[in-house]
Amino acid sequence: MKSSSSQYGEIDRRVFVKKLIAACPEALIVTGLGSPSYDVYAAGDRDENFYLWGAMGGASAMALGLAIAQPNKSVLVITGDGEQLMGLGSLASIGAQQIKNLTIVVLDNGHYAETGMQKSHTSLGTDLVGVAKACSLDWSMHVKEMSGIDAIAEHVNAKNGSGLANVFIKAEEYPKALPARDGVYIKNRFRAALGLEPF
Amino acid sequence: MDSKEQSLIHPWKDEIFQIFKAGGVSQIAYVPDAGHAQVINQVWADKDMAAIPVTTEEDGVASVCGAWLGGQRAVLLMQSSGVGNCVNMFSIINNCRFPFFTLVTMRGEWAEFNQWQTPMGRATEEAFQMMGINVLRADRPETVGEVVSAGFDAAFEGGDAVAILLSQSLIGRKKWGVK
Repeated sequence: MKSSSSQYGEIDRRVFVKKLIAACPEALIVTGLGSPSYDVYAAGDRDENFYLWGAMGGASAMALGLAIAQPNKSVLVITGDGEQLMGLGSLASIGAQQIKNLTIVVLDNGHYAETGMQKSHTSLGTDLVGVAKACSLDWSMHVKEMSGIDAIAEHVNAKNGSGLANVFIKAEEYPKALPARDGVYIKNRFRAALGLEPF
Repeated sequence: MDSKEQSLIHPWKDEIFQIFKAGGVSQIAYVPDAGHAQVINQVWADKDMAAIPVTTEEDGVASVCGAWLGGQRAVLLMQSSGVGNCVNMFSIINNCRFPFFTLVTMRGEWAEFNQWQTPMGRATEEAFQMMGINVLRADRPETVGEVVSAGFDAAFEGGDAVAILLSQSLIGRKKWGVK
């Protein structure tokens, strides 16, 4: 296992994600491509997971459309620092909507793990919590310990705002856990879980 | 006065809004353009529609797919220059076979004063086609409603991905106020 920047926390991403999802059992989850998709799948496949395998930068924006369409459900984005950095503008769009049911959890290792652990902007000066705050999300927080799960889950389950949690994880690669890549299947399964007919 | 001088108010824009309304559209994502301004204003004034300004058009592609995932119809409004920003994000539509409907106001094709608009305007149709999106074009005011309605039904009844190009000649010359 290759480890780099000591700036990054001690949180084990797989354990964190598994516990977070267990604490938010009703949430509709959209995952950013790469490791976050593997983490969410490794926590246990569920119909209410929409795994992105591409469309980098699109997870939060996709969640925005979903959250507006499903105001009584809580929508949870689980993504990485690189993916969120590509969609920074979506935070402005989310802030502009002032919605109450969207949470973004960024698993931040400060690196692009999928492509060989090159440094990302979060280890070069960007603070995503500051960005989220400046974009008028209702709350944002740094999470450096496992106990942060409780605070995140409370927001997710309360559906009382839009927010972003920047979770400092170890810059380590884990064995890949691969969810289905068939987008049509994932889409129809997700919609069926909401009681929506296949097309 | 040049009868083709740019105006923000056109009857065919009301027809577009009525098609959205009658078709049960709940979300309109957009990057603004003068050609869409009238519709955008109507969306903001409508309590049953969410107006979703996005900072880049690709976010609009993702958000309208998210809307469908959650059971709502959503449309993306943009200018031809924005189509180039979307290309990789169109992968979602293709991979997941999301219904997709976008209206694109064209630049760089008719009496264009700002040639910086021309390269992307010229590539717009091909960019959509490269990514598997069906393109229809409306050139005359009297056909806009029919073309938009046909594309709308192909998308939301037939599950297709459809882009409607609204010709620059429909919108008219942009006033630059150059003395």
